[in-house]
Amino acid sequence: MIVAEQKPLAEIRELLGNAKRVLVVGCGTCVTVCFAGGAKEAGVLGSLLRMGAQLDGSAKDVSEVTVQRQCEREYLDGIREQVDEADAVLSIGCGIGVQAIAEQFPDAVVVPGLNTSFLGKPAAHGEWVERCAACGNCLLGVTGGICPIARCAKQLLNGPCGGSSKGKCEVGTGDSKPDCAWQLIYDKLKAQDRLHLITEVAPPKDWRTSRDGGPRRIVREDLKLPSTGGQK
Amino acid sequence: MNASNGTTSRLASILKHGHFAVTTELGPPKNADPEIVRAKARVLRGCADAVNITDNQTAIVRMSSIAAGVIAAQEGLEPVIQMTCRDRNRLAMQSDLLGAYALGMRNVLCLSGDHQTFGNHPQAKNVHDIDSMQLVQMVVGLRDRGCFQCGEEIKGDNPRFFVGAAENPFGDPFDWRPYRLAKKAKAGADFIQTQLVFNVPRFREFMRRVVDLGVTEKLSILAGVGPLKSPAAARYMRDQVPGMDVPDEIVERMEAAGRGIEDKKARTAAYRETGIQICVEMIGELREIKGVAGIHLMAIEWEDAVPIVTERAKLLPRPTLEPETSACPPPH
Repeated sequence: MIVAEQKPLAEIRELLGNAKRVLVVGCGTCVTVCFAGGAKEAGVLGSLLRMGAQLDGSAKDVSEVTVQRQCEREYLDGIREQVDEADAVLSIGCGIGVQAIAEQFPDAVVVPGLNTSFLGKPAAHGEWVERCAACGNCLLGVTGGICPIARCAKQLLNGPCGGSSKGKCEVGTGDSKPDCAWQLIYDKLKAQDRLHLITEVAPPKDWRTSRDGGPRRIVREDLKLPSTGGQK
Repeated sequence: MNASNGTTSRLASILKHGHFAVTTELGPPKNADPEIVRAKARVLRGCADAVNITDNQTAIVRMSSIAAGVIAAQEGLEPVIQMTCRDRNRLAMQSDLLGAYALGMRNVLCLSGDHQTFGNHPQAKNVHDIDSMQLVQMVVGLRDRGCFQCGEEIKGDNPRFFVGAAENPFGDPFDWRPYRLAKKAKAGADFIQTQLVFNVPRFREFMRRVVDLGVTEKLSILAGVGPLKSPAAARYMRDQVPGMDVPDEIVERMEAAGRGIEDKKARTAAYRETGIQICVEMIGELREIKGVAGIHLMAIEWEDAVPIVTERAKLLPRPTLEPETSACPPPH
C-alpha cells in the first residue's frame, strides 16, 4: 500500500494561509490503513485547525469529509458542492489523491496535509517499511522475493557492498539501521539452494520503465471504453 | 593472469612480471589548491607503483579524482583514479573515462561509493544507475570490445584502462564474499584492492577460499593495510565503521604503547611508532599468504607514514619498469 504521514501542523496551517472555509478530505484506502489520512485523522485534524483558529483569533470554518478513494473521479463527484464552498481543500490522501482533486476541480485551491512516503507494508503496530520502488520491471523472481531496488540503500544489483555488517545496512544508526537487503537475499537463496541465481553478474538495469523514462502511463486497449477520455 | 591487456599501466606491468606490488593512496584536498596535491605526491614518489586518487571519499566533496590524478602524474606518480557509482550515471562516467584516458590516466578503480549520508552533503540525491560490478564491466567493455555501455562502437581511440575493484573480506555475509569476488573476476577486473586487514587469520581463510575458486588466476589481489595513528582511531574502526574487523589485541597494543608516557607529544609519537610497527608486521604476514600479489597501503591523511612503512617493510626501492605496452592491441 501507499504509506504516508501527516505534515507538521504548523506547515499545514501555513499552507492554508488566510482561507476561512477549509474542507479536509480524507481517503478511505491506503492512508486509512496506515493511520495517516482516514476519517478518524480527518476529524482530529479538523478539530486541531478549529482550535488553532480560535487561539489566534482567526475565524476558520473547517469541515471534514472522507471519500472511499480520492484517486478515482467517481468518488470525488460526491464532494463537488463542498469543494465549491471551500476557500481551500486540505487533502489528506496521498499525493495521487491531492492531484486527483486538483485535476477534477480546477478552480479549487488544494493543499496536501500528508507527506507521501513510500510503497510498503506494516512491520509492526505503528511501524511501516518500504518494499517496492515501482521501477516497472520486477526483479523479485531472481532475488528471492526481496527487492534490492527498494531495500538496498545503493540499489545494488550485485551486492552486498562492503558496509554490510551483522545483517544490517551501513546507513542509519542504532535501531534505525535497516536490514541489509543482500544479506536477506543471500540467506533466502542459500536456504532454498538457489544461489546460482546470483553467481553471474547482473547486467545494468534499464531504467526506462522507472521514473527516469518520464511520467509513466499504462494503456489497456481491452479495457478502454469509447466514451471515456484518456490522459490529456 | 590477465595483467597484460593492452593498457600502458605501470601497475599492470609490475603485476605481470610477478613483482610484489605496492599501491597507496592520495586524498585530494577540500579546495582548489593544486600545490596540496603536488606536496603529497612528492612525499609518495618512489614509494609505490601506483597511487589511488580518491573520489569524494566518505562522500565529502574534494577536488576530483581525475584532476588531482593529472596533477599527481605531473609529479611523477602513476595514478589509479577512483570512480564511484554514487555521483554519476553511466553517461557521466563514460564521458569522464574518455577524458581521463585522454589526459593520460591508465588505471581506474571501480567503487560503489560510501553512502552520501556519511558525508557533508547528506541532502544529496544519489545516483547508483549502475553498480561497481557493472562499472567494471563497462570499463572493460570500453577497452576490450571498443564499445560504449549501450553497445555502440567507439570510433577512434578507445580508453584502455587497467581495471580495478575493491572487496571487503570482512563484510557480511562472510561465506558469500569469495563468490562475490569471483563475480568481479567474471566482470573482467584485473586487480582488487581489499579493505584494511587487521584480522589476519580471517583474511587468510578468505584468501584460501578465493584461491580455491581460481579467482587469483584471473586477477591480482592487493591486500589493504594501513598504520593506525592512535588507540582512538583503532577503537573507532573497531566499533564504528561497518564492515571493519579490528581485533581487540590490536586496540590493546595501541593503548599500551602510550601507557606511562606523560608528555603528550611523546605519547603521540609512541602511538604512531606502534601503529607503523603493527603495519610493517602485518605486511610481512600478508606477503606469505598464497594469492596475495601486493599491498594497498592506506595512510589516510598521513602520507608521511608511507615512506617509513614501505622502507621498513623492505618494499623499497620499487622496481623500475617500462609501462606495459607489448600486449597493446591496435587502437580500436
